[in-house]
Amino acid sequence: MSDATLTRFRAATEEAPVARWALIGTAVIGIALLVFAPMIAVFAEALARGVVAAVASLGNRDALAAIKLTLLIAAIAVPLNAVFGIAAAWFITKFDFRGKAFLITLIDLPFSVSPVVAGLCIVLMFGANSLVGGWLVANGYPVVFALPGIVLATMFVTFPFVARELIPVMIEQGRAEEEAALTLGASGWRTFLTVTLPNIRWALLYGVLLCNARAMGEFGAVAVVSGKIRGQTATMPITIEMLYNEYLSVAAFSMAAVLTALALVTLLLKTALEIRHADQLAAARHH
Amino acid sequence: MHIEIDEISKLFGTTAALHPVSLSIPSGALVALLGPSGSGKTTLLRILGGLEFPTSGRVRFEGQDATGLTVQERRAGFVFQSYALFRHMTVFENIAYGLKARPRAARPPRAEIARRVTKLLELIQLPQIADRYPSQLSGGQRQRVALARALAIEPRMLLLDEPFGALDAKVRKELRQGLRDIHDETGLTTVFVTHDQEEAMELADLVVVMSMGRIEQIGRPADIRARPATKFVRDFIMA
Repeated sequence: MSDATLTRFRAATEEAPVARWALIGTAVIGIALLVFAPMIAVFAEALARGVVAAVASLGNRDALAAIKLTLLIAAIAVPLNAVFGIAAAWFITKFDFRGKAFLITLIDLPFSVSPVVAGLCIVLMFGANSLVGGWLVANGYPVVFALPGIVLATMFVTFPFVARELIPVMIEQGRAEEEAALTLGASGWRTFLTVTLPNIRWALLYGVLLCNARAMGEFGAVAVVSGKIRGQTATMPITIEMLYNEYLSVAAFSMAAVLTALALVTLLLKTALEIRHADQLAAARHH
Repeated sequence: MHIEIDEISKLFGTTAALHPVSLSIPSGALVALLGPSGSGKTTLLRILGGLEFPTSGRVRFEGQDATGLTVQERRAGFVFQSYALFRHMTVFENIAYGLKARPRAARPPRAEIARRVTKLLELIQLPQIADRYPSQLSGGQRQRVALARALAIEPRMLLLDEPFGALDAKVRKELRQGLRDIHDETGLTTVFVTHDQEEAMELADLVVVMSMGRIEQIGRPADIRARPATKFVRDFIMA
């Protein structure tokens, strides 16, 4: 009898049941309060006067223009930032040069600078009163209060996402596989396409999804440069703010629900891809 | 292929990895670069393969200056210390990589590539693993696949960086003989880097003992054992 109690060993990393449930419980409550409750509230508010009212509020010209504009900005900013992020990560991890630490800090800059300040910088650089901006406006290419400014602001704010995801993965993978491809006669470009890119594809996907979510949701920097012209330069987050300030809560929350749904779709996409390629993911990890 | 290293030096920043060293490797030889870590042996191997470029000095292949040749132009079969197999490709795809990377005009047809890969898998005595991924192989199998991948490009020389470093003693002995057999069969000039003096002495025709970026002694294993040229060599081969 005493033997039976003696042989009940516990794994070194295992906690007592009380501690385990306390930790899991805290996590569940935290996520429920901070993540799920606000999200459910958004959808509940949107549907407060019924589905018809919610859908109708999205059907007008300005609301559709805002949705279109946000999707267009993401479609321009995310691929460009993916390319820049890959280039920066490739350069930083596969080459040795002076000032590497400085460059990494520079990539992080958009995370530490307030988006509003970033927006103001773009206004100062390209506004009608600046040298460059004045010339651009005179030649019919306004940047501020127009699409290019919003894209620039979005790109500035979302620049670090892809590079930040890629750099640690690429450092961990080292340069040996690339060197092997080169010794086997592959060109630099072929090496990148057939060796580097497949090895970083999961980190890249994750970085692109984060970048996309943030690009669609960016408010501060875009608010400064867009001029908030309804139906022209008002993105979804800006439209939501304007509607909310006008006490049109069903319209505001309906738009917010669409924005949330777009974010959820990207997350579901990522999860679906992970499930479908689970075996490859596991193989890549265990190497 | 005859390889000549003529007064090669290499600086990394201000630290000298190689002081000017000279070495002549006869065609078809099996040469060991032997030394402790930091002796410059891997740097010298990477310079031969075109993965590093020397600060000064020349490399000559068959008497022709090869110093400026790119890594692709050198056609050196290189086996890396950790094998550097492409983790997302099967063994077959790994071995076929160099053939598929050739320019269209020089690329063998698909059936010919398959035939050559199959032959190489037989040469390394692993005919049935073509569809596996590197993560599913043992250390010894990975090393042999890396060797087959390097041989697939019909290299002009074979360069191996600590090829047995990550293996246990029993597998190491087997693979040593395997490398010797492949060398004798292909007749390729082969240079390998090792810090294990027993391995160098047992396997190589010619041993180059290095220390602190300098060559201490070049000679046949028996000669080095019988007449160590410096105190360093004596201490190192006794260890």
